Amino acid sequence: MSGPSTYVPKSAIGRWFESRLPVMGLVHSSFVAYPTPKNLNYWWTFGAILSFMLVAQIVTGVVLAMHYTPHTTMAFNSVEHIMRDVNWGWMLRYLHANGASMFFLAVYIHIARGLYYGSYKAPREILWILGVIIFLLMMATAFMGYVLPWGQMSFWGATVITNLFSAIPLVGDAITTWLWGGYSVDNPTLNRFFSLHYLLPFMIAAVVGLHVWALHVVGQNNPAGVDIKDVEKDSVPFTPHATLKDATGIAAFVILYAWFVFFIPNFLGDSDNYIMANPLQTPPHIVPEWYFLPFYAILRAIPSKLGGVIFMFGAIVMLVLLPWLDTSKVRSAVYRPVYKILFWVFIACVIGLGYLGSQPPEGGAVLAARILTAYYFAHFLVILPLLGLFETPRPVPASIAESVLKGDTTELGKA
Amino acid sequence: MATTSTADPTRRDMLYIATGAASAVAIGAVAWPFISQMNPDASTLALSSTELDISAIPEGQIVTIKWRGKPVFVRHRTKKEIKEAEDVPLAQLPDPQTDQARVKKPEWLVVVGVCTHLGCIPLGHQGPFDGWFCPCHGSAYDTSGRIRQGPAPRNLEVPDYAFLTDTKIKIG
Repeated sequence: MSGPSTYVPKSAIGRWFESRLPVMGLVHSSFVAYPTPKNLNYWWTFGAILSFMLVAQIVTGVVLAMHYTPHTTMAFNSVEHIMRDVNWGWMLRYLHANGASMFFLAVYIHIARGLYYGSYKAPREILWILGVIIFLLMMATAFMGYVLPWGQMSFWGATVITNLFSAIPLVGDAITTWLWGGYSVDNPTLNRFFSLHYLLPFMIAAVVGLHVWALHVVGQNNPAGVDIKDVEKDSVPFTPHATLKDATGIAAFVILYAWFVFFIPNFLGDSDNYIMANPLQTPPHIVPEWYFLPFYAILRAIPSKLGGVIFMFGAIVMLVLLPWLDTSKVRSAVYRPVYKILFWVFIACVIGLGYLGSQPPEGGAVLAARILTAYYFAHFLVILPLLGLFETPRPVPASIAESVLKGDTTELGKA
Repeated sequence: MATTSTADPTRRDMLYIATGAASAVAIGAVAWPFISQMNPDASTLALSSTELDISAIPEGQIVTIKWRGKPVFVRHRTKKEIKEAEDVPLAQLPDPQTDQARVKKPEWLVVVGVCTHLGCIPLGHQGPFDGWFCPCHGSAYDTSGRIRQGPAPRNLEVPDYAFLTDTKIKIG
């Protein structure tokens, strides 16, 4: 796909540089001449949107760190200092806090797109697993970032999540004490979380590099789920086509981002986090940020501490194993009539889990969460392996060009 | 050099293995301080005990004090609460322990106020067993601080403590 670069610098200086370090050729072959399937829709712009959000989070985060103090007695007030005293501090903090939510919104859409169009299937397993690693790093980064303002939810969220490790048999308590640097979440914990919160985004950037590299080796999936066979007929150059389409997607996404930042900056936050952390009082109802709610619901659905932790992490492990659990040879849901429905049932299941994660763990909510948790795992462990064997897929187009030129894929299916 | 693949170990093989073994030890020795630095430091370990005057706690009241950054509940139990705790058959307990094994004097229950599920602070005098109720994930404890219902796996921990006098206890 991305063979040796055919890039020839126009200037003499360019040629001199390229023969010593061929970085412009790498950029040219990756983001200019790179062939993209000509049938990509707007769901494929979320990779670029995510890259934009990573940069936005790093830039706002670096400047916030210039004004923030990672100490239990000063952290909460330093955040208020950012909000009230620092020039444009309110905007920078709201950009960073809402940026985390936007980052997760984009990554969930990006993952859902992969699920719908079968982007995890051979030969894209490594690409997919690198994506799951990025997702895990994002969750760790977001969790530690949420602790830094040292509000009530910061403190109690940190307490609940770090206590997950105490469920590990034999060494759990020792690991938890080691993570805390004490006997409870306290100043040493806040300090190391700040350090790691600053580090992890750069690790994410590194894995994103591998993710893009793997993508450019195997080529992009596309709505038809068939690979590029004829570069001339099936693909268009990345620039200007994908560049401008990605730019359009980013612009639209930034409008949504700006809407949150400037009109409803605290809509996604929890008001309890504007109360300074108090180690002697647990808020009546602890909830994580919205993007963790489905996993939190799974944690609470299992009536055993270790079991809850295993199932919560198991929910992510399902994604890692997905390339081998889905036995269907057809990638795109467009040509899988039953999977197409079950995909939306699965999305509804995850949203349902998210809603239940936000509710107090009482009565019907517990039962409902157990049913949806069972369905979540059944989707991966029972439905997908069997569906590939029993489902009759519709005819897959011979090429991307054919799927585009024949127009509506529904007609193609009937033909 | 075409004869290097002999069965006899050479000086080079010996040096290779010796260097590798020494490197493994060195890497471990360097890694340990980087891991150990995250464990509780000397100043944290120094704050290991605290004292409390219990003469002012009326019957039925729970007092919360801070020990090692965590709350400790000191509960002056009523006769009814003591009886409830003592009368429970052990078979009904997920983490079986007699009430006598958890107290030094029946009127005084001293437990770490951290839910054994995920570390929230349970609320006193609440829940179906009159002891504590954890608002986070619904664990209910009885008047002996034992887990009776919900996801928590263990009873509330009893810290090391001693009665210095009839009205003073030392925790830790």
